[in-house]
Order: sequence, then C-alpha cells, then structure tokens
Amino acid sequence: MNRWSGMQSKVRNWIAMIRNPNTSAARGMIQQFGFGLLSLVAMITVVPILAVIVYIFIQGIPAISVEFLSGFPREGMRQGGILPAIVGTFYLTLGTAVFSVPLGIGAAIYLSEYASENRWTRLIRIAIINLAGIPSVVYGLFGLGLFVLFLNLGTSILAGSLTLSIMTLPVIISTAEEALRSVPQSFRVVSISLGATRWQTIRKIILVEALPGILTGVILGLERAAGETAPILFTVAAFFLPQLPRSPLDATMALPYHLFVISTQVPGMPIKIQFGTALVLLFFVLGMNLIATTIRSRARARRQW
Amino acid sequence: MKINLNWSEFLITRLIKVSGYSAIIFVGLIFVFLVMEGFPALLEVPLGKLIGTRWYPIEEHFGILPLVGGSLIVTIGAAMFAIPIGIGTALFISEVSPRWARDILKPLVEMLGGLPSVVLGFLGILILAPFLRRFLDLPTGLTALAGSILLGGISIPTIVSVAEDALDAVPRSYRDAAIALGATRWQTIWRVTLPAARSGVLTAIMLGIGRAIGETMTVMMVTGNAPVLPIGLNALFQPVRTMTATIAAEMGEVANGSTHYHVLFFIGVVLFMISLVINVTASAVVFRIKNRSERILS
Amino acid sequence: MNKIVIENLSIHYSDGTESLKNINLSIPEHAITVIFGPAGGGKSTLLRVLNRLNDLADVTLMSGAVLLDGVNILDPKVDVISLRRRVGMVFARPVVLPMSIRKNLTYSLEVAGEHNRGIHDAAVIESLKQAALWDEVEDRLDEPAVTLSGGQQQRLCLARSLVLKPEVILLDEPTSGLDPISTGKVESSLQELRKNYTIILVPHSIQQAARTADYAAFFLQGELIEYGEGKALFVNPHDKRTEDYIEGRFG
Repeated sequence: MNRWSGMQSKVRNWIAMIRNPNTSAARGMIQQFGFGLLSLVAMITVVPILAVIVYIFIQGIPAISVEFLSGFPREGMRQGGILPAIVGTFYLTLGTAVFSVPLGIGAAIYLSEYASENRWTRLIRIAIINLAGIPSVVYGLFGLGLFVLFLNLGTSILAGSLTLSIMTLPVIISTAEEALRSVPQSFRVVSISLGATRWQTIRKIILVEALPGILTGVILGLERAAGETAPILFTVAAFFLPQLPRSPLDATMALPYHLFVISTQVPGMPIKIQFGTALVLLFFVLGMNLIATTIRSRARARRQW
Repeated sequence: MKINLNWSEFLITRLIKVSGYSAIIFVGLIFVFLVMEGFPALLEVPLGKLIGTRWYPIEEHFGILPLVGGSLIVTIGAAMFAIPIGIGTALFISEVSPRWARDILKPLVEMLGGLPSVVLGFLGILILAPFLRRFLDLPTGLTALAGSILLGGISIPTIVSVAEDALDAVPRSYRDAAIALGATRWQTIWRVTLPAARSGVLTAIMLGIGRAIGETMTVMMVTGNAPVLPIGLNALFQPVRTMTATIAAEMGEVANGSTHYHVLFFIGVVLFMISLVINVTASAVVFRIKNRSERILS
Repeated sequence: MNKIVIENLSIHYSDGTESLKNINLSIPEHAITVIFGPAGGGKSTLLRVLNRLNDLADVTLMSGAVLLDGVNILDPKVDVISLRRRVGMVFARPVVLPMSIRKNLTYSLEVAGEHNRGIHDAAVIESLKQAALWDEVEDRLDEPAVTLSGGQQQRLCLARSLVLKPEVILLDEPTSGLDPISTGKVESSLQELRKNYTIILVPHSIQQAARTADYAAFFLQGELIEYGEGKALFVNPHDKRTEDYIEGRFG
C-alpha cells in the first residue's frame, strides 16, 4: 500500500515539474539529467580509446618476441621479424627531427620575440594554419613532385624526411610559440634593463624556461610523423628490402606502411603478425606521447614562476 | 669581445627571421608544384568530362564527381556524429568533471588523436566492417558508414581539444556572475559559457571537419574503394571512394607524366583549395570575433 | 652638479597613453630626486626614457634631449646596452628571474661578458650588503629566488640593480605592495646609497615622497608643474594644483 502511494506522489511530482520547469526542483532535475547525458557522451569518446589499445595489446602480444623485433621478414612477410620496418621508422623520425626542429623553433622565436603584428606576420600565421590543414596525401604528392622527381632524390629516406618535416612544421611552430609566449613578459623587461641584448635574453632566460613546452610540442609533432603513411607512400616506402638502409638516399621499409600492406594486400597473412606490427607501431607512438606528457607535467611542477 | 657578440647576434637574428618566413615559402612551394603538375589535366581532359560522373581511368574516364561525392558523404557522416560527441565531451571535461578526472581525460583524448590512422583502418577492416555487415545485413561492411564512423573517431580529439581550450578560456567571472544571479550550472553552460566560447567552438568544428576531409589511410582501407557517385541516403551503406583514397591508391601505378598522373595532381589541387578555404575561414572567425570583443571591453 | 639634464622633452605613444609635454628638469647627483603625482602623470614614462626602456614600446613622437653627463642619450647612435648598465632600474612589482639568488645577481655580469668567479662572488656580497639583504640570505644563495618573501625579493631586485655599479638608479614605486617594515628597510638603504649614487624615485605615497626627498618634482598629466628643494615643496607648495594633490583633494 505504501509503495503504491509513494510512486503516485513521485509521478505527481514529475508532472508538476514538467508543467512548471522553472521551479528549482525541476531545474535541479534537468541539470542531473543533462550532466548524466554529458558523462555518457564523454564515455563514448573515452571507452573506445582504451578498448582499442587493450585489444591490440592482447592480440598482438603473442607475436612479440626477440626474433620479431630484431629479425628480418621471411616467406613474403608471413614469418620472421620486422626489424627493417622498425629501423626505417626510426630513421625517418630522426630525419624529420633534423629538419623540422631547428626551423620550427627558429620560426617560433621569430613570431614570439621579434615580429611585430603587421600584415606580413598575419600572412605567416595564415600560412602556418594552412600547412597544418593540408591533407597528408597531398604532402605525399608534393614530396613526390619536388623531392623525388624534380630534385632527383629518388624514393629515399631524405625525400621522405623532408616531406614529413614540412608536414610537422606547423605543429612545432605553434606549440613552441605558445611555450615562448607563456614566459612572463616581465622577465624580458628586467633582462633588457640589466643591459642584455634581445638574443641574450632569449638564449639565457626565455628559451630555457620555454624548453619543456617546446620539447613537448616537438615530441608530439614527431609522433605524428612516425605514424603517418600517406606522405611516405610515394616518397620513401618500400615493401620488401633485403637489407637495412645504408644511406639517406636509400629507400626503406616503415612500420605504418608495412601494416597497411600486410593488412590489405598480402593474402594469407597471419593475423598474429598483423597485430604484432600494429602493437609495435602503437608502442612507438604512444610511448612518445607518454614521454611528452611526462615532460610537460614535471616541468609545470618545477616551474619558478 | 663586444664586436664578436654583435656579429654572431646579427647572424642569428637573420637566421631566425628567415625561418619565420619559411612557412610562407613552403605553402607557396606546395601550391606551385601541385598546380604545375595538375594544370595539364585541364588541358588534356575536356572540362565537361572532368566533372563527369564516371571515374574509370583505364578507359580514360576521369570524372571526379564520384570522388568528390565520396569525400562529401563520408565527411558529412563523420561530422554528424563527431560534432555532438566532441562538443559534449569538451563540455563534460571543462564544465562538469571534477579536477582529478580532467587530468586523466585530457591526456587520454590526446592519445586518441595520436593513434596512427593506419591502425584505425586496420581495426576497421578486421572488426568494424564485418560487424556492420552482420548487424545491418549488407553485402559488405566496407562502406561509407564504416568510413564515417572511423573518421568521426579521428576528428573527435581535434574538436575536443580546441573546444575545451575555448571553454576553459571563458573567464571565471562570467560563470560566477550567472550563478550569483540564480542560474544552475546547467543553465550557465548553455546560456553563458557556450555562447561566450562560440568562436573557439566553431573553430574546433571546422578544424575537425578539415581533419576528416583530409584523412587518407583510414578511408582507403574501409570505404570499399568503389568510385561510384553516392546518391540518396542509401549510399551510406554502400562502398564509396574519397578523393584522398584515390590519390593514394592510384598514384603508385601511374606513368609519370601521363594524363592519369596529371588528373591525380589536379585532385590534389582541389583538396589543397578545400583545406585552404576551411582553415582560413576558421582563423578569420577567430580574428574577427576577438576584435569585436576587444573593442567592447576597451 | 647635475647628473641628468632634461631639455624640452616631449613623448607621444601610439596608443595615446602617458605622454610627456615639454619637460625641463635637472637631476642633481648624489641625491634622491622624487617624482610624484597622480596616476597617468607621465612619471613612469619619464623613468623609462632615462634608460631607453621605452624603445620596447611603440613611441610615435619624441623630441627634446636628455643629457647624461652632458651626452644626449636620445641620440640613435648611442649604445643603449652600455647606457642601461650605467642607469639601473627597480620596478614596482619585484620581478626575480627564475634562477637562484646568486644567479639573479650575477646575470648582469654574465651578459656583460664578465665570467670571472672572483668578481662574481665579490659583487654578490657587496650588492646584498648595500640592499640590507645579506644577513638574511647569506646561507641560501643558491636557492631559487622565488622562495624569498615579497619584501626580500624587492630588496634582491635593488641589489641586482647595484651589481654593475651604475651611476643612476631609477625606482618606480618600489615599495608598493610591501609591508611597512620592508618599506622602511628599502628607504633606509636608499638613504645610504644616495651618498654614492644618483637616485630618482617615484614614490607610491605622498608620505614616502616627503620622507625621502632631497628634491621633488610634481607631475600632472604629462607636465612638470612644480619643482622644489627638500621638504619645502611639501610644506609650502607654490602652485595650487600641487597643494590640492598634497592635501589629498584629488588623485
């Protein structure tokens, strides 16, 4: 008897709230409902990420062995290891760093410390935003046209690195610039008033304080470069190479491209090896992500401002 | 010693200035090269056929409309589910979740953004496509829908980070003022915070869409690669082909300098233009709205 | 003996803030000259001209001359770097560099090219003693400067400005935000320092101005209204506007 009347009053309350949604009780319920909906949405975003990582991990671990990581592929990739792909990705990431890091940090320093807000500076910013938005396959086309063909570098680590560098440039520039700008302006004023030149101020104080932020940006940028397939499709990637690359002008295998080919174009490819390759690539990429995040949080804790 | 200092400082300053302008140089270079190799397509293929509806390069049919349609339908599908989920997640992280949860969620979403597209495509082939095939009773799971779902997943991190930054940048005083006037937190979000951050949120959406249009590997692996013009809602459940996938798939097999080669570069120019428009508009929105509010506040 | 002579100085910033209108002022050496007045009067602008710090901002028009020991420092051919080593500055909020106490002090020596350890150590000790901070920090010189209290940080900034043995020290409301004890310590340091340095001080209150001034100049909306010796200006101002400000009728 009590349960029924309890439910009755609850229903009566709900009807009252719907009729008059401006009471604080109604507003409270709307808020509860709304917050619940938002948490659900956030879960939809987050849960698949974890699921993907866990799934690849579980499926790929059986393939991981010393031979897998350090051996060469055999039987048309169906057995053996993926060392050349790992080495190739490593070289490409290194090559990208060599070109994009100095250029990117230099550009960021220019924008943050030297440039005044005029038409030219706005043009630079638009150019950077543009570079950031260009589809990766268009970078591949450009790399093919300029580096592989026009400059006659052939399908090589050099061509691939140059292409990836231009692609990575906007990420490095924007994060580095933000890191430099976040250093308090008062430091610059004090340094100048003590008789330092602008470059001395940058070198001794600004760059030093912005370094963790810059580093985080660099690592995140390189992480993207390591995982990209389209830009290297026509500029460097090869599927089967009997030996490791010996010079920057050699073509090379690479993890993303390798995964692409073995999952779409090789019949009878053992699933285990596909997942193993995916896992190694994931490990590479997420490892960099983790390093970047750690640098960022530790630097924030140790900041002297 | 002072002379030495001046000389090296002068040199370094020059180098820095050059790197500053390098971005412009590269954009220009890319544009020039794309046009150089893509322009001949306009000469070699009559314009009518170029915007035709048959893409069959072997028989010299270079109608790019099916490819454009493919990109469009996959992107729109992706946007339809990435935008609400992305904004909702950004709202959750910035307005609802407690501090400790935020410190876990933000890096997690960033991690999703770092996942290589080829890995997502790989999982798409192995899991999503068969699932769609069984669940929706289709002849194949490699459809526009599969592409939309994965593309949505790829765009969400972009939307979430940019939108969340924009929401975070709304001054505390706005929220405090609203609450002091008797609004609930929920009402504050929708009537005060979100409108205040709307330029940043708009930018987030545009950048997310830009990301979706430009994606290559994932779509190449799961949309089935059938260059058929997608018409009607049904097209979502059929294989399509995007512009990006076309370039990636066919570039390897074309003869250098052939018509096919030029047309592929032409498609590249089209993609370049689309991303130019989206990204410049997105940044113009931010500039313009910021200027207006600066005038109001001064 | 006048250390600095300002002749017909006018400045206009591109955003219209704090300009100066035809300033004529002499700054005697080895004394504390106080520049006071309500906000927006041009006091900070004047200070920043004296070490050419206004080069960092967008100045549209600058005319007149500022003679330091007879040489016009507004001349574009002047070496601003060495000027800033001769004219030191202490700002309103203590800004310590993100380094140790020692490194804060030796920074100006480093950028000047002086790397000798002995010279560094001597400079550290002497400047800290002059700023009356040595006793409090002598055993923590290598700790980060941010761990000091507000008053200590500001005295560190004072010490920092003394390291290169400048001839002139500019102080822009150095004790705003400091408690009375720290303020007192800074003021007594200044009294000691003026025996050997030329000091120009923008006070953050009339009382501070009256306490410390050897000479005083009243600035209102970019113009020099009145100039006087010692406490005379505060006790017996000639101009009505000066009197109104001192009496607190505006500002």
